[in-house]
Amino acid sequence: MARTRKAEASEGKAPETGVNTFVGKDELLKFYQDMLLIRRFEERAGQLYGMGLIGGFCHLYIGQEAIAVGMQSISQQGDQIITGYRDHGHMLAAGMDPREVMAELTGRAGGSSKGKGGSMHMFDIATGFYGGHGIVGAQVALGTGLALANHYKGNGNVSYAYMGDGAANQGQVYESFNMAQLWKLPVVYVIENNQYAMGTSVERAASETDFHKRGTSFRIPGEQVDGMDVVAVREAGARATEHARSGQGPYILEMKTYRYRGHSMSDPAKYRTKEEVDEVKTTRDPIDHIKERLAAAGVTEDDLKGVDAEVKRIVAEAAEFARTSPEPDPSELYTDVYLEAAE
Amino acid sequence: MTDILMPALSPTMEEGTLAKWLVKEGDTIKAGDVIAEIETDKATMEVEAVDEGVIEAILIPAGSENVKVNTLIARLKGEGEASAPAAPAAAPAAAEAAPAPVAAAPAAGGPISAASTFADPDIAGKPLKKITVRDALRDAMAEEMRRDDRVFLMGEEVAQYQGAYKVSRELLQEFGDKRVIDTPITEHGFAGMGVGAAMAGLKPIVEFMTWNFAMQAIDHIINSAAKTLYMSGGQIKSSIVFRGPNGAASRVGAQHSQDYAAWYGNVPGLKVIAPYDAADAKGLLKAAIRDPNPVVFLEHEMMYGHEFDIPDVEDWVVPIGKAKVRREGTDVTLVAYSRMVGFALKAAEELEKEGISAEVVDLRTIRPMDHETVLESVKKTNRLVTVEEGWGPMGVGSEIVSRITEFGFDYLDAPPLRVCQEDVPLPYAANLEVLSLPSVEKIVKAAKTVCYR
Repeated sequence: MARTRKAEASEGKAPETGVNTFVGKDELLKFYQDMLLIRRFEERAGQLYGMGLIGGFCHLYIGQEAIAVGMQSISQQGDQIITGYRDHGHMLAAGMDPREVMAELTGRAGGSSKGKGGSMHMFDIATGFYGGHGIVGAQVALGTGLALANHYKGNGNVSYAYMGDGAANQGQVYESFNMAQLWKLPVVYVIENNQYAMGTSVERAASETDFHKRGTSFRIPGEQVDGMDVVAVREAGARATEHARSGQGPYILEMKTYRYRGHSMSDPAKYRTKEEVDEVKTTRDPIDHIKERLAAAGVTEDDLKGVDAEVKRIVAEAAEFARTSPEPDPSELYTDVYLEAAE
Repeated sequence: MTDILMPALSPTMEEGTLAKWLVKEGDTIKAGDVIAEIETDKATMEVEAVDEGVIEAILIPAGSENVKVNTLIARLKGEGEASAPAAPAAAPAAAEAAPAPVAAAPAAGGPISAASTFADPDIAGKPLKKITVRDALRDAMAEEMRRDDRVFLMGEEVAQYQGAYKVSRELLQEFGDKRVIDTPITEHGFAGMGVGAAMAGLKPIVEFMTWNFAMQAIDHIINSAAKTLYMSGGQIKSSIVFRGPNGAASRVGAQHSQDYAAWYGNVPGLKVIAPYDAADAKGLLKAAIRDPNPVVFLEHEMMYGHEFDIPDVEDWVVPIGKAKVRREGTDVTLVAYSRMVGFALKAAEELEKEGISAEVVDLRTIRPMDHETVLESVKKTNRLVTVEEGWGPMGVGSEIVSRITEFGFDYLDAPPLRVCQEDVPLPYAANLEVLSLPSVEKIVKAAKTVCYR
């Protein structure tokens, strides 16, 4: 079922997963709802940006929903997720409150970071979401450090460090790969290859465009996955997680995906043709894809109407909260710079 | 005939122990043969012969301590040469008396330890022991690692090698390789991993072999460690210490000789500490490890081997953010941190001979900066000179002068002066290096200037 290609890593191969990756009707419905929530949420964020309610940078996840949702279905309580600046989808998939995420986008007191972080800087320890990082590639070293902490504590948790195809060219990614494999740290690297690092296509930026092979010289196994198919993501995620959790070290998943919108709200995306975008939308859309699976499982469009309405309600409520939550009190300017020393 | 001299085995070595001779008088040696072993406070090194010939005389016996660099330790007779008159076997005491060759003297002026006559209230009345700054730092880490199992050390050569400067000596043996972690030479990566581990609740100590190398990692120190508490609305803390030697060692060139106090002192979210003596090195490092915030801890290679009195008490902790008056005076305030405190104390002694009473304030913490202590001093002296090893523009001295001007303008009787490194990359040549760095003479001159003398 899953369309994957594996890197020839000289050590370690994808283990037979011990995780049950069977996806029944209920799971498919949940995937559908989670992915639709991300899409509708992002569409609304784009709208609020256009209205001037969201400022600065705003990077939308539309088109890539299957990755965050599929990977989340594998993770356990205590596992950590960390990503770059295109982070709203991961937060929603992790279970963060859409109202708090949207209110952070509008810079309000009810935002997840009290309005002090913005689109690229949200965190939630309860759901294991460690940001939200704006420096391309930094989250990979940080995520490897989360794995170091898991290893140190022996807690059996896995860290999921996401990066784009652009970040995958950063030097610190390879420093992290090296140490993660050297010390057999429980980390899964998820490379979301959406074909463009801002305006630069992978062909113009990467001497090796098969990113799942990027761990080969560190003996880290990797595989290429159809990132537009949530079930394929889940299955590959299970293999990678099993590898990492069982003490065999890091694993690389290259998710082939596509972002429908520009790099950020201010990017008109002139570097690719309308035909190219349309073709992905009509032939590879992750939500259409799961609808086909649902139909095959006997779920009709009518059956989905309830889910659609629920998602619409959640997003409307989030937008309303983000609009009406007050701006942070001026007294918040000087809070959270330092913690009081009391240990 | 060839003289064999006590070699310098590192840029900052001034003396060492001639631990063992591997040859004896009358032996024939060739270039490259290992002839002796020398111990410094950092390492044991082998001495290789440079010339070939017969060992005619061994002048410094094995086991001699404190043998100065460039002391004549043996004499080699080339083939066919006549023997020289027997040289008297020099005792260690004689070695001490050997003239210190100019070439081996550290260009930056060598160790300056001015014994302050000022009774230090922090340690007065407490039992004291002598300890080097190096061992004080080591003890601080060891004590905190015993106290809290979340504390661990990572960095280059910290474990098996026992520390590039031996600051982590014997920590691996006590705590094992899970808590004393040798990293590859990848500052950017391991600093980021340290911050990630801190975010997950551990308390890493990240050692940089020198702060110069931390330039590769500065993004994580600032963007990941310093800013995340704020950006997360207080959710994500990074209790982490970044430490290592900072500033100019001796003759190591511009890329290995920078003072970063002003750089990190500029960043909200960081605490920045630069201790001078062993008591502060230990007490402040323990406080830094316990602190819930990211701390930049700036040590000084030239101070590692210095011995100081330190209170011999259980759990010696010095609070962060408090400057310290190290010598009382009435005519001029000298403010310094790290190694420059020693220079300022020495300058104060010189000034005293000329009838100028200088008060020396050791900042100890760069951020948060305790300008109140400086201000109290200036209220008394009405004159201010700042001393730092870094460059002047936008520097620590600039900040002190700005604050004293802002909060104590009416107390100043002369424009304050800054003594700092000249505004050039640090030169290698011995004479230029001396010209570039702050010196006791420059401090004395500045103090006299602000006193209109």
